[in-house]
Amino acid sequence: MFESILPFLVDGLLIGIVYGLVAMGLTLIFGIMNVINLAHGPIIALGMFGVYLFFTYMGFNPYFGLILMAGVGLLFGILIYFVAVHRVLNGPHLAGLLATFAVNMMIIGIGTSIFSTSFRNVDYSLGSVDVVGVTVTGTRLAASFVAILVTALLYAFLYRSRLGKNIRAVANNRVSAELMGIPSTRVLAISFGIGTMLAMISGGLLATIQPFTILSGSVYELKSFVIVVLGGLGNPLGAMIGGIILGLIEGLVPVFMKTTWVPVLEFALFILILLVRPQGLFGAKQ
Amino acid sequence: MKKWLQPGLWIPLLLVAAFAAYPAITGSASARETMFTMIMSIGLASSLNILLGYTGYVSFGHIVFFGLGGYLGFWAIDELGWHLAPAVLLGGVTAGLLALLLGLAILRLRGAYFALATIGVNEAMKSLVMNLPFLGAATGMELNFSVYKSYGGPATALWMVYWSLAAIVLIITVVSYAVKKSKFGLGLMAIREDEDAAGIMGVVSSRAKTWAYVLSAVFPGMIGVLFFFKNGIIEPGSAFRLNLSIELLVMVMLGGAGTVLGPILGGAFYQRLRGLLLTSDLFKNIQLAVAGLLLLLIVLFIPSGAVGWLRERSDRLRRVLE
Amino acid sequence: MLRKGFLILLIVALGVMLAACAGETSAPAGDSAATGDSAGEAAGDGGQMATIGFTASLTGKLNVESTRQTNGLNLWMKQVNDAGGVALDGGAVQFQSTFYDDESNQDRVQELYTRLATEDGANFLISPYSSGLTAASSVIAEQYEKVMITTGAASDSNYTQGYTLVYQAYTPASKYLTGAVDMIAANSPDLKKLAIVHENDKFSTDVSTAAEEYALEQGFEVVLFEGYDSGTTDFAPIINKVEQAGPDAILGGGHFQDGSTFARQLAEKGVATEYLVLLVAPPEPTFAELGDAAIAVAGPSQWEPQAAYTAEAAEAGGMEWYGPTGEEFVSAYEDEYGEEPSYHAAGGYTAGLVLQAAIEKAGSLETAAVKEALDGLDILTFFGHIKFDTSEEAHGLQVGHEMVYIQWQKNDAGDLVKEIVWPAEAKTAEALHPVR
Repeated sequence: MFESILPFLVDGLLIGIVYGLVAMGLTLIFGIMNVINLAHGPIIALGMFGVYLFFTYMGFNPYFGLILMAGVGLLFGILIYFVAVHRVLNGPHLAGLLATFAVNMMIIGIGTSIFSTSFRNVDYSLGSVDVVGVTVTGTRLAASFVAILVTALLYAFLYRSRLGKNIRAVANNRVSAELMGIPSTRVLAISFGIGTMLAMISGGLLATIQPFTILSGSVYELKSFVIVVLGGLGNPLGAMIGGIILGLIEGLVPVFMKTTWVPVLEFALFILILLVRPQGLFGAKQ
Repeated sequence: MKKWLQPGLWIPLLLVAAFAAYPAITGSASARETMFTMIMSIGLASSLNILLGYTGYVSFGHIVFFGLGGYLGFWAIDELGWHLAPAVLLGGVTAGLLALLLGLAILRLRGAYFALATIGVNEAMKSLVMNLPFLGAATGMELNFSVYKSYGGPATALWMVYWSLAAIVLIITVVSYAVKKSKFGLGLMAIREDEDAAGIMGVVSSRAKTWAYVLSAVFPGMIGVLFFFKNGIIEPGSAFRLNLSIELLVMVMLGGAGTVLGPILGGAFYQRLRGLLLTSDLFKNIQLAVAGLLLLLIVLFIPSGAVGWLRERSDRLRRVLE
Repeated sequence: MLRKGFLILLIVALGVMLAACAGETSAPAGDSAATGDSAGEAAGDGGQMATIGFTASLTGKLNVESTRQTNGLNLWMKQVNDAGGVALDGGAVQFQSTFYDDESNQDRVQELYTRLATEDGANFLISPYSSGLTAASSVIAEQYEKVMITTGAASDSNYTQGYTLVYQAYTPASKYLTGAVDMIAANSPDLKKLAIVHENDKFSTDVSTAAEEYALEQGFEVVLFEGYDSGTTDFAPIINKVEQAGPDAILGGGHFQDGSTFARQLAEKGVATEYLVLLVAPPEPTFAELGDAAIAVAGPSQWEPQAAYTAEAAEAGGMEWYGPTGEEFVSAYEDEYGEEPSYHAAGGYTAGLVLQAAIEKAGSLETAAVKEALDGLDILTFFGHIKFDTSEEAHGLQVGHEMVYIQWQKNDAGDLVKEIVWPAEAKTAEALHPVR
């Protein structure tokens, strides 16, 4: 029995780690400034296209393209913050949702007119590896490795660097952080940049695993919602764990029932968690 | 009784009536179809406003009621051979029941948590319907053309659907006004401003919220039946389209959340704007981006919407516009 | 009181004005009289102008396929107008088109088709791209008594709803994969175990259910029949399930995105199979971006540039040959749009061609006459055989046209090329198998 489940388990775990990174940017931004970034999906798609363009037209290795896209993501996020988010931070929830949704519409609108909606593929392979008797593709293994690395770097940054500590201070209590002389606007802008950067990196990683279109991000945006609720809104490490849980559900449920029931279970679980433990399975900070 | 004669009621009513009457004056089927889209948007936006505007709960997946109501009504017409009228009622009742059940549960959540939960509800319902063979599962259902013949031919059927829609939207307008002016509505607005304080002041917030949710769900359920009956086909993808849900939020915001007139103007303006952008040579290819830019400007600079902005500007307008 | 009355009037006037404006909002996205200078009804020397109405998905998820379909139709219109139009008793008829953007969703399809049928005075309608949108537009075509040729809409169910004026140019969904079953039976008679894995949407489910039924009839064993959600991006669980079922051949898929992802992830996992036949994605030229993962992947196509239907074949089959040859179409299309036509483009062209044939035969633009001509139509074109079901239960269903099956193979230069591997009489290469 275990023998036959093992491949499902390994694949689910690996993709789950990537899902964790996919949702991390969303949860980070929410944790720091209480905004649900509805432009999350299109930003992921931009990450995919960035890596694709670097790879196809300039011949860059996708993992090198990933580093470039991280820089692009940081700047792009800061830009979005000042254009769309800064003014609505203290407004009602709806304002933040709609402002970021407006950014979503703009990215999709311009993206569709440039790239159309035909699918693209990064034709890059790392062969496949044998892990505990299960064939795993190299790109997938690399993607989960990079996702773990990025998570570790994020935590090192948040807990070791001065800027990271400032970010946590602003997340905890913006007013008192300001009283302590922390330039909150700059910190918030950089935080939004980091959240965007994480989304772009995750998009770039996904691009090495599967073909995509400019609209592909929306699937991951929905998944991210489920993941952040599982792990607790605002908790990056929770997102990683939530991602793994989601990956395992997607991997293991098809063993026992029709695959089409997977989304039903996913969203039912999502609502259930919201009702029973809105702070997430792993008790995020309030 | 005097409040029924207030301009706050008859201005929106007349406006909706004028929209509805326009195709009858010209007798043009094409105008009827254009106005169908617009009045449907107005009806859906006004329903959403009862929850969003008065109570302050952001329902992101409100389209679930439109979709589920539409599905049940369509099923009753297609499989059980019901007449349209009871089917519309069935759609409304189903949507209301779903809201009642959900309301008891997810309305405990606040702010972003509630918004996320409503998205989850919509997606869960969509995937559930995709697995239910009696609703056609993934393939959906189609109406046989002969069904329209029993209503006196397709032309008559389409006009009938149109007038039913117009009547429902007029009722929504009245309900929206009545809620706003009632003690119940006052309670809702107290919840919007400060839910905890409202509780202390004696508003039974869970009950009030739930009824607002039910009220805002019943009408989209009925409209869904009308739309899909006219459409002749229903599929999970088109019934539970999250984007439409978000467009409704935009309409309410444009016109002004928490006002009776706002969603009406917002719905009309939004549909007109989309139409213009879609057909303009300059913007055709990037219409989505331009619409996004406009939305951003409005959210940033006129957050209270058109009606809210007008009310802030002049005392006299505040007395006339609700 | 007077002031109040005035206010009421003002508001009513405002409302009607707004409504009137809204009535004008959907100005045509494009009005193209391919002759260019023809103003209104009169074209050429006292001839008539016929308007063809349709919606296209300029935006949204269907825009690639839909644009190609529109290109094909426009090419047909340009060619027929350049040739002087269709000769009728009252002089030659030229064609112009009016179309709107449907944004790839059903919300406004009926509104726009009503406008086309009434306001814009379209004589004939062409369907939008995709079965769902077409179903919504069929109601309107039937109601306003306009003949509508559907293309890019394969689902069978649209033709069992009692419509009498809707005609299908494509091979219906129920026959998309039955040829693949035949191909496997003919090439590898020993294979018995099939896995059918499909996207859980209307079109793919219709196709797969019909394929399963047919495969069982032919004595195959279906070891796995599984749907996956439309948004699926990770196929690992499905692939694991496939591996454990151990089929000889894999059939299914859905649309571009999921089909190409599925093919790629199957290749990366190195799943051994004799045949891999997927819907929609493989015939698309960009499928070659998958590189080695595309090799030996087969798929049904409505039409391919290499498919050689000829006047001789028409004669042999007792049909009338109509329209240009495949080569003429391909080179004209390449001149016009700078790319090789896909089957969507050919379908769009064929929709126009079928209409032209029926109008010529009817000698009139009247709906009733054209309908009668369409009912009796039995022609062979570069697209294939065109003949419609005229029974009451499935009126307008395409019964003549057959799918061809392409497979990606490496040519001598090492480039990926599409070869036709089925049906036997049209094939340009032997089917490559096993895939891995």
